[in-house]
Amino acid sequence: MGRIEQTIRGALLMDFWSAFGLGMKYFFAKKATLNYPFEKGPLSPRFRGQHALRRYANGEERCIACKLCEAICPAQAITIEAEPREDGSRRTTRYDIDMTKCIYCGYCQEACPVDAIVEGPNFEFAVETREELYYDKAKLLANGDRWEREIAKNLELDAPYR
Amino acid sequence: MADFITQFGIWGGLGMAVLQILGFTIVLLIALAFLLLMDRKVWAAVQMRKGPNVVGAFGLLQSFADFFKFVFKEIVIPAGVDRPLYILAPLLTLVLAFATWAVVPVAPGWVISDLNVGLLYLFAMSSLGVYGIIIGGWASNSKFPFLAALRSAAQMVSYEVSIGFVIVTVLLFAGSMNLTVIVEAQSGGFWNWNVLAGRALFEDGWPMFLVMIPMTVIFFISALAETNRPPFDLAEAESELVAGYQTEYSSTPYLLFMIGEYLNIVLMCAMTTILFFGGWNSPIELDTTAWPYLASHLWYFFWFAIKVVFFFFMFAMVKALVPRYRYDQLMRLGWKIFLPTSLAAVALVGAYIVFGAQG
Repeated sequence: MGRIEQTIRGALLMDFWSAFGLGMKYFFAKKATLNYPFEKGPLSPRFRGQHALRRYANGEERCIACKLCEAICPAQAITIEAEPREDGSRRTTRYDIDMTKCIYCGYCQEACPVDAIVEGPNFEFAVETREELYYDKAKLLANGDRWEREIAKNLELDAPYR
Repeated sequence: MADFITQFGIWGGLGMAVLQILGFTIVLLIALAFLLLMDRKVWAAVQMRKGPNVVGAFGLLQSFADFFKFVFKEIVIPAGVDRPLYILAPLLTLVLAFATWAVVPVAPGWVISDLNVGLLYLFAMSSLGVYGIIIGGWASNSKFPFLAALRSAAQMVSYEVSIGFVIVTVLLFAGSMNLTVIVEAQSGGFWNWNVLAGRALFEDGWPMFLVMIPMTVIFFISALAETNRPPFDLAEAESELVAGYQTEYSSTPYLLFMIGEYLNIVLMCAMTTILFFGGWNSPIELDTTAWPYLASHLWYFFWFAIKVVFFFFMFAMVKALVPRYRYDQLMRLGWKIFLPTSLAAVALVGAYIVFGAQG
């Protein structure tokens, strides 16, 4: 019986017509495509993207050169040198992140006692040369100035869970 | 062309014929560009994607962008290929695909060459198409193209047999090999189309649609196999043979292969339309004798184009839905199912013509 039934189903192309029905259902369904550069998917506030060094509202940089991030970095991507400034406060003279080494684990921002180094929501920082991925202090501070609003918002949204 | 020569003299006639062919070719190629886009859009829609939508409005110019991309790329001719044959293969595919279109009537009187043996010519030309693939596969001097060429030769030869028998049934109904006559024999409304064979039912009481509907399906499936379309794309099965016989081709030669292939696909859609779905005839016949020449012809061309596009849509849907056949399944389908069925159909239609048909 099974074989006869199979033959009849095959002769009537039943399998094809059911597949055709399913195909037409999805033909008119809402498309899953995002037009990427123009539309973007949602990002979690915890998203770990490009690094940034933040400043206080008065423009003073947050980093106090405790070197905890450098110590915890599993990829050893962070290099810090520090000495006292003229006013006696302890500041970094050099803060480099090798973005080719970084694994975006987020340990640096976890370790930071003053929320100075953070991973922002920016993931579109592809460049054409390797040198451009060796970030120095100026670059990181510039990132912080550029993304401060988004970073502050994300930190605030995530605060209840910390 | 003979008409042109009596009308305009020898050079004027030749010039008119060349202009006619050029016009037809250009319209065909532009239509093909949009059909290619439609193909991709249909697969995309079935897979819940949007498909190409960046070049031009809704991606309408995508095919032209692809054309320029192919043309401007470097032609890589690998070491060790048989150069003359390697170049010849894509040219052969393209030229044969274009030549076949010469006998396709798109509206009453709108045909390049109204051959009396049009159907035979069409069949012969599409059979020659296999040479493009075999030569391409052989000249590439590479394992995968060669395997693909062997596969596709066996496949196309097998399915031509059943296509031949299916064509014979249509031929018996019309009593002519002239495609224009075949189309005109199906005029009068959609029930007169060969797929429903209404004349046999209403005038002679023979339910020939029971034979012709399966024949239409067999023709359509054989057309898929004949053009190496999925689910019969064993000749370019990318999961097994890289890109089959096109593996070693790049740039313009690859483009020629692709255009030839798609021309053949559209040709098979046109064949299905002409042989089984009344060609340019509208589903409900209107009296167009009083209409202006251009209006009535465009009306008929509109119906031809609509039907071709519909069958192209079905080709695209089949590609989107059906998984690839295994080689032995392919051969079983061709030789053990289609061939006996179409042979029996030829006998049944023959019986109807001899014993049933009046006049």
